[in-house]
Amino acid sequence: MPAITRPFPDSASFAPANSAPGSAPGFAPMSARRLYIFGGIALIAAGLLFGDIFAVFILHQNAARQGEALVAASRAVAAGNAAAVNEVFSQLGNLLEDRGTKVDAHVHMIDAGYLAMLLALVQPYIALSRQTKKSLAALFIASGVLLPAGIFLIHYVGLTGSPFAAIGWASVLADSAGALLILVLTVQAWGFWQYLRRRQLSEAELPDPELPDPELPDEDSMPRRALLTGGTILVLLGFLHGVYYAGTLLYEHERMETAILQRLINAATAGNLDAATTEVNNFGSLAGARAVNIAAHSHIIEFGLLAMLLSFVQPFVFLSEKWKRRWVKVLLGGSVILPVFVLLELKFGLLAGGIADIGGLMVMVGLVGMLVGILRYSGGLDVAESAAGGAR
Amino acid sequence: MALAAFGMIYGLQYALFVEHQTLDHMGGSLAQSFSAAASRNLGQSQAALEQYGETKYDYVRQVDAHSHWVGLAMLMIVLGVIFERVNFSEGIRQMVAFSLLAGSALFPLAVILQTYHHGALVLKALAVVGSGLVIVALAATAWGFARPHTTA
Repeated sequence: MPAITRPFPDSASFAPANSAPGSAPGFAPMSARRLYIFGGIALIAAGLLFGDIFAVFILHQNAARQGEALVAASRAVAAGNAAAVNEVFSQLGNLLEDRGTKVDAHVHMIDAGYLAMLLALVQPYIALSRQTKKSLAALFIASGVLLPAGIFLIHYVGLTGSPFAAIGWASVLADSAGALLILVLTVQAWGFWQYLRRRQLSEAELPDPELPDPELPDEDSMPRRALLTGGTILVLLGFLHGVYYAGTLLYEHERMETAILQRLINAATAGNLDAATTEVNNFGSLAGARAVNIAAHSHIIEFGLLAMLLSFVQPFVFLSEKWKRRWVKVLLGGSVILPVFVLLELKFGLLAGGIADIGGLMVMVGLVGMLVGILRYSGGLDVAESAAGGAR
Repeated sequence: MALAAFGMIYGLQYALFVEHQTLDHMGGSLAQSFSAAASRNLGQSQAALEQYGETKYDYVRQVDAHSHWVGLAMLMIVLGVIFERVNFSEGIRQMVAFSLLAGSALFPLAVILQTYHHGALVLKALAVVGSGLVIVALAATAWGFARPHTTA
């Protein structure tokens, strides 16, 4: 366990002078900000874990089954059996739904976590009562869990017991959770509008002293600077890669896809099954090349944004400076390793894929390490606050 | 926030009114291409394959524009909260912020307009300019964050 060198981080000094010793109004027990930060980090960590499990146990197997389905389709074309073609494409659609819903569940869980962290950041600028903010935070986190759960279940529940023609109960759950997220964001936007309106009034006219939350502490520490700078550089690298991909590969890949499919169909029609199988393999390689480029681009940008968001909560991470730095290094290291080795999967195959998964694990470990620090900080605050309450 | 709201509303209307039809059309075209080939109707097979290619071209760009609008808006919200930490003079900071905003709006817009004019050079150039603005602004921001706080 990390060595603890002081009872509270220096940043605890952001608590106003007239508050109870050790208290921090910006991080009050079960406050909206606390819910958003805990819930946000937990959602991101769970989303990353799900993504790693998906990559290891489902992704490659699913791609192989898609290839098998295309080979079967080419055989059906060669045999002149249009009904079998339709049957194969129905199976292919099922495989794509299986893969797509899992990718979507992974992405939506992480994005809900990002939004939660973002909302924690902007709480001082939302002019709503504390109770309303807290209820909205609880609703947001619950919806952030239900949305990816609903998406994940779509493939398994299907239309079982559904009164609708095309929408199953899992879709209803996912859509309802999505609607609740939009509702929370809309109310937050309204609260921000109220904040801007009140700012235009004179300070004396500010009606409710309970409303403003304290801003996040302005700490200029190495972990915070490293996360901010590192995060911005990661986003920048992601953009540079995106520009490179769009400029040199995107159009070529699009041309190649239709060309490969055309050659596949021609070979199958001519009864040349070996050539058709070769084209199916080419199609798989192309799909792999696109997938790794898009995954590298999106992951490096997402990790950059994550690092920037985590820089804001560093004052709440109750760990020694040494351990705070370690978690930052682990997180930034993993944020570079995962996208780089995802790209290298094209050359080095599963070895690079395994290293990429370790990168993802490093991000998760860094994230959980910080979450533990925040839990320790909040626990310390709560104990100090209850002790102060008992003394009074 | 305005860009994020716009990006989300665009995504919502696309998901509700266009996406399912587009996906059905895309999958249907590919299946039809194979099915027509099985019936030895090669002309219809090729037409369906071309239709698949065009639909996918549009779909990829629609989704990209939506996700880039929202993503860049989230990035700007985060940077907005801490932009005073970008250690440059106020004038340079404003220029960086304007570049980021202009690039974030222009780049996805140029991408989405490409769905109406496939392969138009002007739109490709606009996308390059937009992404270039974002890249330069981000590089400046990273540099500004890394600079020590004594010279601000």
